[in-house]
Amino acid sequence: MAVQTPPRTTSSPPTTTAPQRPGPPWTEKWGGLFFVAPFGVLFAFFLLWPTLSGLWNSFFNTSLAGVQQEFLGLRNWQEMFGDPAVWASLRNTLVFTAMSTPPLVVIALVMALLANRQGLLGWFLRFAYFAPFVLPATVVTLIWVWIYQPGFGLVNGLLTAGGFAEIDWLNTENRAMLAVVITTVWWTVGFNFLLYLAALQGIPEQVYEAAAIDGASGRQQLFRITLPLLSRTTGLIVVLQLVASLKIFDQIYLMTDGGPNYATRPIIQYIYESGFTSYRIGYASAVSYMFFLVIVIVSIAQFRLFGGRKEADR
Amino acid sequence: MTASHPTRRTVLTAALGLAGVATLGGCGSLRRDARIREWNLFGGGDGARLLQIHDKFVAEHKDMAFEAHTLAWGPPFYTKLAMSAAGGRAPEVATLHLSRLKGFSPATMLDPIPLDLLAKAGITEPDFLPATWDRCKIDGQLYAVPLDQHPFVLYYNTDICAKAGLLGPDGRIKPVRGVEPFLDMLRAVKEVTGKFAASIETTNPWRMWWTLYGQLEGGFFDESGRDLVIDDAKALEALGLMAKLAADGLTPKSADYPSLVAQFSNGDAGLSFNGEWEVTTYQTAKLPFSMAPFPVVYDVPKYAGDAHTFVLPHQAVRNEADTAATIEYIAWMLKNSAEWAAGGHIPAYQPVVASPEYLNLKPQAEYRSVAPDVLFDPDAWFSGSGAQLQNEAGAAFAGVLAGRTTPRQGLDQFKAATRKLLDTPSPV
Repeated sequence: MAVQTPPRTTSSPPTTTAPQRPGPPWTEKWGGLFFVAPFGVLFAFFLLWPTLSGLWNSFFNTSLAGVQQEFLGLRNWQEMFGDPAVWASLRNTLVFTAMSTPPLVVIALVMALLANRQGLLGWFLRFAYFAPFVLPATVVTLIWVWIYQPGFGLVNGLLTAGGFAEIDWLNTENRAMLAVVITTVWWTVGFNFLLYLAALQGIPEQVYEAAAIDGASGRQQLFRITLPLLSRTTGLIVVLQLVASLKIFDQIYLMTDGGPNYATRPIIQYIYESGFTSYRIGYASAVSYMFFLVIVIVSIAQFRLFGGRKEADR
Repeated sequence: MTASHPTRRTVLTAALGLAGVATLGGCGSLRRDARIREWNLFGGGDGARLLQIHDKFVAEHKDMAFEAHTLAWGPPFYTKLAMSAAGGRAPEVATLHLSRLKGFSPATMLDPIPLDLLAKAGITEPDFLPATWDRCKIDGQLYAVPLDQHPFVLYYNTDICAKAGLLGPDGRIKPVRGVEPFLDMLRAVKEVTGKFAASIETTNPWRMWWTLYGQLEGGFFDESGRDLVIDDAKALEALGLMAKLAADGLTPKSADYPSLVAQFSNGDAGLSFNGEWEVTTYQTAKLPFSMAPFPVVYDVPKYAGDAHTFVLPHQAVRNEADTAATIEYIAWMLKNSAEWAAGGHIPAYQPVVASPEYLNLKPQAEYRSVAPDVLFDPDAWFSGSGAQLQNEAGAAFAGVLAGRTTPRQGLDQFKAATRKLLDTPSPV
């Protein structure tokens, strides 16, 4: 502001009209607001307001059944900290994230490396790797629940044909999560694959030619050129994947409904059950806020790590 | 001068006006105010039957605007219905499991049923079993009209059971009573199938346990409904028998609902313990089968079950004509419930139960005698079909059948989960 205001002393011919001279027209000054207004309104209405009302609700015994609500203070929060189901389901979410993220990154990279150099087979690999991603969750889970069935499922058919015992994948506590992870990797790895493929195609061919002239082996080219040049993409994929995995709900709800014995129930399902099946919106809001904080913490940690790598790159 | 030369605009306006008048006239003759929107949760074989019955209703009631909507069974249905009722913009009528009536907060989410209108439509209290009718009342007000009862029953494959020597001269399965005869029956069937005796749903064995525990006359809540009074010895006896069936290979150790249906359909099991609603499935599959009451394994005849009812979800502004038409619809459905019974459910409306049309339905009429002994779920806001208590039972008991946990551990887990639900402040 100070820069724009000309010093009084240098003001040349002081005219009487100067103070009244209209400044920039009102529309020019505030016009920007009109451009963001549509988004601003939507943002406030669908994100800001529900977020704040969720926090507000967490201090009340708000019920979906429409009964009179009363102020509880921090009692929902207290109950949450003493509720083992909250921590068990949060743990399941984190376990799923830890189990699914590494294969979803590594397998996508391997598939991209395979598909990138293929000439004739390339289009087929690209299609085959990406195809499952376009299926809806309901179709994917329907297929995989059959594949995992004991008695007539494909996986157990292969196991018994190979002389192994059948495994009841979805109804065994320590196997169900693995089964869900396998399904998720099959279903969603295509998206990361596509990101990697695009990044690979962005690496100039000359770099490899130069390396080849210098006598670098294929292995050296991979570890000294390809992977370092992909590090930005890897960072992006890891962030996107962590967020996607923390949001896990659909395939678990459809495949195991959180069972057996709640061994796969993610935190979002617990929030859904508390809020919608049991009508306890207030309590579900408190749990949601706790999960919100977990995601914020993960994001900050991610940001730090990612930022650090950028420094190292230079 | 303008009048003699109508412009294009005036012609258009006039045409639109005429069209409007015509529409209004049409509305008047249609008695627009009688609108019935119905929400139900029947997605299976009974859902297809419901649509046929509805078509008949619509054909007979041209003056009512009727629309039916089928939503996904269980929590999704109840969540949507609860939200629409809490907002006061619910449909005119919906189906509800009787066991969930209390959990559905009659005070805020349901409107009482006008008894005078119901009586005018020809439906009165003596038309129902007293226990069922009483359960539809809360604080002296009627909140639900029962359509049917659906007990846990015994399905049997007639070919397999004939080979096992279990059928009487009339072709019906010979009733057994007591644990040992029950086990003998299962062993004989397993002998024939070479695989299992009975198909059951192990991922949620609540109905099986509740039936056996009920036959032992075990309690659940005390009078106040605030304290758990599960009789450990009886609960463990029931759970132990189920674990034994699985351990001996008479029933699968692990089977979800689709597997239960598949194993009975493909002859891996000659018996099936389930609710009666899969009749249509097995009839369509041309399976040689019949049905009977579930055996009285312990002391008294009791069968886990529930009833579908019609309720009036809460509307902030209720239209009298719509309500009257809705009550007419409910009464019509009850009087025509023989067709509904073909899907397996026992009609709640007693004149239909006594009708030849129902009595001639085979195998649907074979188990009608159990209706007075249907055992509803414990009365609590977290109990009932698809509600939290059944989920907790499934989580705790599935491991017992699979042999991962002992009956004692399973029961302790279930009791702890139920206590936690009791301690949770009721949201209704």
